[in-house]
Amino acid sequence: MSYPTDLKYTKEHEWIRLEGETGTVGITDFAQQQLGDVVYVELPEVGATLTAGQVFGTIESVKAVSELFAPVSGEVVEVNASLKDRPEDVNGKPHEAWMVKVKLSTPGEAGALMDAAAYEALLAK
Amino acid sequence: MTDSAPAPLKKTPLHAAHVALGARMVPFGGWDMPVEYSGITAEHLAVRTAAGLFDVSHMGEVEIAGQGALEAVQHITSNDASKLQVGQIQYSALTTPDGTFVDDLLVYRFGPAHYLLVINAGNIDKDVAWITARAKEVVPDVAVVNASDRYGLIAIQGPRAQDILQTLTAVDLSAIKYYWFAHGEVAGVRATVSRTGYTGEDGFEVMVPSAMTVRVWEALLAAGRPLGLVPAGLGARDTLRLEASMRLYGNDMDETSTVLDADLGWIVGWKKPAFLGHDALHAQKAAGVTKKLVGFEMRDRAIARHGHAVFHDGSQVGVVTSGTQTPYLKKAIGMAYVPPGLAAPGTALDIDIRGRRARAVVVPMPFYKREKPA
Repeated sequence: MSYPTDLKYTKEHEWIRLEGETGTVGITDFAQQQLGDVVYVELPEVGATLTAGQVFGTIESVKAVSELFAPVSGEVVEVNASLKDRPEDVNGKPHEAWMVKVKLSTPGEAGALMDAAAYEALLAK
Repeated sequence: MTDSAPAPLKKTPLHAAHVALGARMVPFGGWDMPVEYSGITAEHLAVRTAAGLFDVSHMGEVEIAGQGALEAVQHITSNDASKLQVGQIQYSALTTPDGTFVDDLLVYRFGPAHYLLVINAGNIDKDVAWITARAKEVVPDVAVVNASDRYGLIAIQGPRAQDILQTLTAVDLSAIKYYWFAHGEVAGVRATVSRTGYTGEDGFEVMVPSAMTVRVWEALLAAGRPLGLVPAGLGARDTLRLEASMRLYGNDMDETSTVLDADLGWIVGWKKPAFLGHDALHAQKAAGVTKKLVGFEMRDRAIARHGHAVFHDGSQVGVVTSGTQTPYLKKAIGMAYVPPGLAAPGTALDIDIRGRRARAVVVPMPFYKREKPA
């Protein structure tokens, strides 16, 4: 698997697509493989405040519950409601099935994220 | 940090085969076991619609033989083993004097004075010590042998299990009734074939000498693939058994819950004059249980898991023992201990799921019951 180069990555296996002051957040292909079949995604409401590195939601597979960690700080401006009925999209197209869109409060934080090459190197370890 | 390294995980004879199939391996009861190959949902559905192949070689086997074998088995287990004919199997409990579970098990009657007990993987050492000590209380010279390393155990489960297995054996599988077994050869290997399983589906468990397990596994996979058989891991085994409302030791019952608490009164031989737990269970039957295992279905969108607290009218009344989102019924279901007054189907419960209360309702078990062939 080669990871999309237009995304940035965290060591907790989230991805974020940065467009101006907005970031779109999901989990990586590696993360969905580790989870197995996703059956439920619990996300914050629009307007919630995220803090980089802190838990903002949970994702459940048949077997396990995992926490979602915010790659950046900011305010949730949109939530992907389609995951309510189609949580399996996280397995099928992990880099498209986004979870939240965030208006960045501290854009400088994005500099600490990994690019695709660095993320692939992390996975190869 | 501690200095002591954890004990190395044990491996079944099929370990390398699982790794070669690309299974995700996880520790379970001291064993390194496959949790899934193609995905829990796909494997679960394959078992409900075609067939699945499971490595259950981690399960333990204890043989009790010789003069007094029946007396020993009768003493240590709750069910009435005197009802077993040679070739027949019984679900039972290894009970403490309090009527609680040391383990749950299958009792095979191999011969007039020869029984084989199939026990849970994580309990092998505990059970062997318990059985050895307790059996000798009534039959001092009875032979109790831990045969766990001698056997590989493969489960083939699903509506096509019989057709697939029949291609590899001369044993007439259609003549084996539910909870009976026969000896014969499977893929040229000496085997004990039982019509048993842990999925709620028709199927068989095939017990073979350890060294022959890979050969039988490969033959079953090759014969079954064209008919839709897939290898299935512990993940699907757990969701399948929960849909079928079969209890899991360590989750749904243990040494703190009695056979009656677990709503398994049908595995108590009530007419037996004595056995470990006899007095406690008879007293509890007369007085009534204080907690009862029930099935529930979530009403809110959430999945209850083992250990979550159960509330009714704002007070905590119990605890979830098992819970999952089931691939076939496509519902979030589970089992929980609640007071008997809250055990009736239709009773509203609230379950604390990581700090949020979600609504659930008591439903009859089993959640899933296969349609019997006409």
